Amino acid sequence: MSPAKEPGASPQGSGFAAVTAAPPPGAPTLPGSLNGNRLLSHWLGFHADGKVTITPGKVELGQGILTTLSQIAADELDVDFTRVTARAAATPDSPDEGVTSGSLSTQDSGSAMRHACAAARAIFLQVVAQRTGIPVEDITIEDGIFHGPAGEIGSYWALADAALLETEAPPEVTPKPASARRIAGTSVPRIDLPDKVFGAARYVHDLRLPGLLHARVVRPPSRGAVLTMLRDGPLPGEARVVRDGSFLAVLAATEWDAEAAATRLAARAEWAERDTLPEATTLPDWLREAAARGERSAVVQRGDPAAGVTRWLKRSFHRPYIAHASIAPSCAVARWQDGSVEVWSHSQGPYNLRADLAKTLKCPAERITVRHMEGAGCYGHNGADDVALDAVLAARAVPGVPVRLLWSRAEELGWSPFSPGMLVEIEAGTDATGTLVGWRSHIISNGHSSRPGRAPEPTLLSASMLAEPFPVKPSINPPMSGGGGAPRNGVPLYRIPGMDIATTRLLEMPIRASALRGLGATLNVWSIESVMDELAGQAGADPLDYRLRHLDDGRAAAVLTRVAEMAGWAKRVKREGWGLGLGMARYKNLGGWAAVVAEVEACERVFCRRLWIAGDVGEVVNPDGVANQYEGGAIHGTSVALLEQVRFDRRRVTSDSWEDYPILRFSEVPRVEVAFIDRPEQPFLGAGEASMAPTIAAIGNAITDALGVRPSRLPFTPDNL
Amino acid sequence: MVEFTLNGAAVALDVPSEASLLQALRGPAGLSGPRFGCGDEQCGSCMVLVDGKPAYACTLSVAAAVGRAVTTVEGLGTPDAPHPLQTAFLAEQAGQCGYCLSGILVSAAALLARDPAPDEAAIRAALDPHLCRCGSHNRIIRAVRRAAREMAA
Ligand code: FES
Ligand code: FES
Repeated sequence: MSPAKEPGASPQGSGFAAVTAAPPPGAPTLPGSLNGNRLLSHWLGFHADGKVTITPGKVELGQGILTTLSQIAADELDVDFTRVTARAAATPDSPDEGVTSGSLSTQDSGSAMRHACAAARAIFLQVVAQRTGIPVEDITIEDGIFHGPAGEIGSYWALADAALLETEAPPEVTPKPASARRIAGTSVPRIDLPDKVFGAARYVHDLRLPGLLHARVVRPPSRGAVLTMLRDGPLPGEARVVRDGSFLAVLAATEWDAEAAATRLAARAEWAERDTLPEATTLPDWLREAAARGERSAVVQRGDPAAGVTRWLKRSFHRPYIAHASIAPSCAVARWQDGSVEVWSHSQGPYNLRADLAKTLKCPAERITVRHMEGAGCYGHNGADDVALDAVLAARAVPGVPVRLLWSRAEELGWSPFSPGMLVEIEAGTDATGTLVGWRSHIISNGHSSRPGRAPEPTLLSASMLAEPFPVKPSINPPMSGGGGAPRNGVPLYRIPGMDIATTRLLEMPIRASALRGLGATLNVWSIESVMDELAGQAGADPLDYRLRHLDDGRAAAVLTRVAEMAGWAKRVKREGWGLGLGMARYKNLGGWAAVVAEVEACERVFCRRLWIAGDVGEVVNPDGVANQYEGGAIHGTSVALLEQVRFDRRRVTSDSWEDYPILRFSEVPRVEVAFIDRPEQPFLGAGEASMAPTIAAIGNAITDALGVRPSRLPFTPDNL
Repeated sequence: MVEFTLNGAAVALDVPSEASLLQALRGPAGLSGPRFGCGDEQCGSCMVLVDGKPAYACTLSVAAAVGRAVTTVEGLGTPDAPHPLQTAFLAEQAGQCGYCLSGILVSAAALLARDPAPDEAAIRAALDPHLCRCGSHNRIIRAVRRAAREMAA
């Protein structure tokens, strides 16, 4: 399989369908990630002390997934929520659930956990029934204790050692109906939050193993620079140098010595530099040019886009590179022992990271253990995987000694993968009544994934800097069946009889590109929603009515109607310098729906003052958690809409500090109101990414309402308006 | 030896004077609450109170703390004896990844110490040195208001 065809990889996490272990041939299909990880003992365990451990392969990114999964488990097992502990994923024992991304965790892992726990419950019921002679129907479970007509007859804990879970999940299991759920569907407080408000050592950044050394990387001064000379000399704190080709790092016993040594070493290094980056000021031209050498493919071809068209609207929209901009620089701890290495990492995919570490080190994957520990929110593929390789390379010099490698802010903002710059050209055709009947578009971008674990070569940053370097291959797009990458949400949800939508994946990648929350949706949803507003204007229709007129998707119409009510859309009053705008999408056209109304104020620059959001994610396991994700995604979207842009010259990314890469601050954050249409009988859909792109779209349309100009470039700064 | 008061107790740390207060707190002092985010007074992750006033521990040299009282999030309260702000942050579920919270909590504590009933604008202004990438801002503002109410009651 060519890497371009491989399906890829959550709330927050951004990305696509998780590639997990494959089921045995001929086996019945099981829900979610259970299909490829069928042994029940891989998912949960009971302990004699009355505790339950769940061991999902998805990881906590601050999105609350461990709380959600614990709720699902407690409900299906009929145990109190406080009995459940969620263990962080680690190779090789956790189920391989691929990458925690694409807003798929509740879908992939939640459905697996629900089925696994329902299966476990049924097995224990059977055994207790057999042992006591009491029929299953006459047994009830209350907080893990089994009761017969005459009282207590057993418990999960009493049978904890019976190895009952060393069996594959049977397909014929019926989880509880929605009406019988007691914990799933309620806003249970997050299990990870207490540690975070008391400053506990919860992040990988806080891991302090005995004898630990601190490491820092000395990065090249620019992209593509090659280390040509390194002068010898003393270093503070007897720091030692690790070098492999152009990968350069220092190790010292304290953070201050490691940092001082890195500064000193940087001054002793000489590099051969060259221009490798395109001209930033004419990025759209470069995208067009590079597209001529790129790989064009059809996304959708349906009917004849020109049939019945009496008027064409032609528009193009551009988006710069954007950064994940995690609040914590990436960090990892690694320790070598007898040719094997153990890594503590905030990677989104422990197995995928393991695979790429093995390729880089040219060793069997079994020699590598990856243990997940939380980091700051990542919002997609940031430097988490890259720093793990850096730590492994640094630690190789000191077998037996744990090494903590922390990136600098400049590395985080300057060297992590970015969401690529994009361009979309749209032609929308309307008939004599103003109805949208034809749509042509061309979406130009680098692929939206360089995630590890999928290609023959490792995609980790420093792998390309070694003495025997690995090539950096252009990023890929997941298939449309998994939501797509660059063309994600590029197909309008509206009823349009003729469509011809194409995308071109660039085959050159001057700036490493990968998945960031929403992938291509951040551009595509805004461009479609901008065109819809303009067409509504041409037709003399209200933007809300015009959308509803073109919608067959009842759930899309429902979120639009709801958000319009929340924001008082019908009774809105025009105020000088203020504007209201609408944006709507169904994430990936497969996931959760979000409709947003944004209110902006145009002063010396544009501020977003309020957001109203209506969402639909099917069954809601934790309403407060889902609201938190929708609101967080919307504020992230506001930041991207108004401020964010990776800056670079011909050699290096220059926006490598918060001063040069500003994100939204407390004083600029809009008030947010979120409401959900609850559909407890519908499958779970992810929440992490659904609101971001519609928010950008709503802000863009609100700017037109306020200023009369229609933005065509992100971010919506005075320069771009 | 660098001597100062840390979360109410006298400490003497064996650190060179060029080390930052943040490195001293996370290193020899063994704390994890103050967090590194940028090292450049741009994000507020490292914020601590020095004699009750918010200070960026990432750029403050440890020597500057000599003889002063330093308070970190660990010094605000504990799970058994939480500060009203910590209780309020949990009640409002104010946070996602939580990396920003240590710094925000100490700044909020300093705000409530000087203004027991801050309005929303005052809270936003006091927290403006802090970045939160997860978008937990509105919950955090609500939590600070809740704590102010509880403390007044
Ligand atoms: S780490 Fe001190 S302000 Fe960012
Ligand atoms: S909660 Fe993640 S940065 Fe604030």
